[in-house]
Amino acid sequence: MDNDALLQIVGLSMKVAFCSVLLSLPLAMIIAYVLARYDFPGKTIFDAIVHLPLVLPPVVIGFALLLTLGRNGPIGSLLHDWFGIVVAFKWTGAAIASAIMGFPLMVRAIRLSVMAIDRRIEHAARTLGASPLRVLVSVVLPLALPGIITGSVLSFARSLGEFGATITFVSNIPGQTQTLPLAIYTATQVPGDEAQIQAIWLSLVAVALSVAALAASEWLSRRYNTNA
Amino acid sequence: MLEVAIQHRLGAFALDATFVTTARITALFGRSGCGKTSILNAIAGVSRPQSGRIALNGRVFLDVAQNVCLSPNVRDIGYVFQQGLLFPHLNVADNLFFSKRLSEDTPQARRLIELLGLGALLKRRPRDLSGGETQRVAIGRALLSNPSLLLLDEPLASLDAQRKHEVLTHIEQLRDEVGIPIVMVSHSIDEVIRLAEHMVLLEDGRVKAAGAVDELLARLDLAPATGRHEAGAVIDAEVASHDVEHAVTLLRFDGGELTIPRVVASPGHRLRVRLRARDVSLALQRPVDISINNILEGTLLEIRDEVGAIVDVSLRVGEARILARVTRLSLGRLRLQPGQRVYALVKAVSIDRHSVGYA
Repeated sequence: MDNDALLQIVGLSMKVAFCSVLLSLPLAMIIAYVLARYDFPGKTIFDAIVHLPLVLPPVVIGFALLLTLGRNGPIGSLLHDWFGIVVAFKWTGAAIASAIMGFPLMVRAIRLSVMAIDRRIEHAARTLGASPLRVLVSVVLPLALPGIITGSVLSFARSLGEFGATITFVSNIPGQTQTLPLAIYTATQVPGDEAQIQAIWLSLVAVALSVAALAASEWLSRRYNTNA
Repeated sequence: MLEVAIQHRLGAFALDATFVTTARITALFGRSGCGKTSILNAIAGVSRPQSGRIALNGRVFLDVAQNVCLSPNVRDIGYVFQQGLLFPHLNVADNLFFSKRLSEDTPQARRLIELLGLGALLKRRPRDLSGGETQRVAIGRALLSNPSLLLLDEPLASLDAQRKHEVLTHIEQLRDEVGIPIVMVSHSIDEVIRLAEHMVLLEDGRVKAAGAVDELLARLDLAPATGRHEAGAVIDAEVASHDVEHAVTLLRFDGGELTIPRVVASPGHRLRVRLRARDVSLALQRPVDISINNILEGTLLEIRDEVGAIVDVSLRVGEARILARVTRLSLGRLRLQPGQRVYALVKAVSIDRHSVGYA
């Protein structure tokens, strides 16, 4: 395998992981805040649904995505007919699959950091004249930042490793949807020493990326941990 | 004028509190768990009682019957929480000016910063502050939101004796110079006596008594609620003179004179002195050749007879009322009766710094 092909695989994986984090972050923050701060009927069920991707076989998620977001699926056909958007068998689809798989990890991390904020600090801000929105932006968000960073990195790393949902939903198209894990899988399916060496190289790259992500998370949360 | 009438039920705990106050400092006093903080939360609007009404100077904050409940951010109330609760991600200056109602270069802001001694702390982070500094910043932060009422939730609870004194002094200055009414929660009768004029005595979520601090403290029936060990009365007195050589101060009130260890206050200044019942002895005749400096002539008003060795009696000295705690043995030996002329003996050394407040 030449360098260009390797760079292309790594680049695609990074792009997919990065976009999946951006995609899930806003919703994850809202859901994490709601779960941390409010009690409402059906909260247990809602919580279970949020955590579903953690326990379901990834293939099932991928298949569900294919059924709903595929060209003939109810949402997929609407997207295509109204906006001309197709996500199935595209890298955008891979990002969506990764976002869903990493979602519970992200929600969990943010939720924990919101729960660690003393409710009365928000009350103090309210009595100082801050609207609920200002409390959220200038108190909750900065104090939950370490959790947001941790959650994002966890979800990013989860995306880099995403396999089952991705291959089911967007298949394994080199240059289109073939992320690092899919490329490793492909290499292991080809007989011969050359393919094996290629699989080892790709695996080493995956290890390096994961370690780098962890280190970055550690550094970032230390840098922004305002509570310590 | 603050009017509070709220009811709230949470599990086995029922809060039912009604009081009105116009005092500069009102103390909500009672054991922990009696509903003091719940009342502050309701006034500030961070919690909503199930029924009731709250109004400040005629402005209605809450009226459940009329479905009125103002958000905390429009009530103009400064709330200082028990542990200060500064924003940990902001430095002191950003904490102080969080409300954005007063900017840093207004004379009012500068005066408050000076009054609370915060000038040197502005660039510091909350985690680098001592307990006393944290409380002062929290008080400053609340006052810089230009409130029409300041709520203090046990502002001294987490502080050691030295810091307590420091923060107490600042609160006294605020009371005298800033002129914003204060409602404070306390479980220390010393704090209440030193700072407050009006007191709301709470027990199990209900108002047991409310009124002027000296009146409530002189009531024998409330002694168990104000703390049996700490029972005592407060006398409003004027500084007459200082005896520099002996380091004592002479006070005058309408029942006589009191000699106490020297305090810093100029003659004519009014002080509130707390006489603990257990520091007051009784005699039927004016004793002579005795080390006790304070011998007050009075009339025995009431005897609170309970089971046990100890009996509290109240007496009138001039217009003031004081309490004395004697043994049942002495009561019988002296054949004490209401209406009798007695002499109350108070050791000057029993009146320490914590028993004297500046009225």
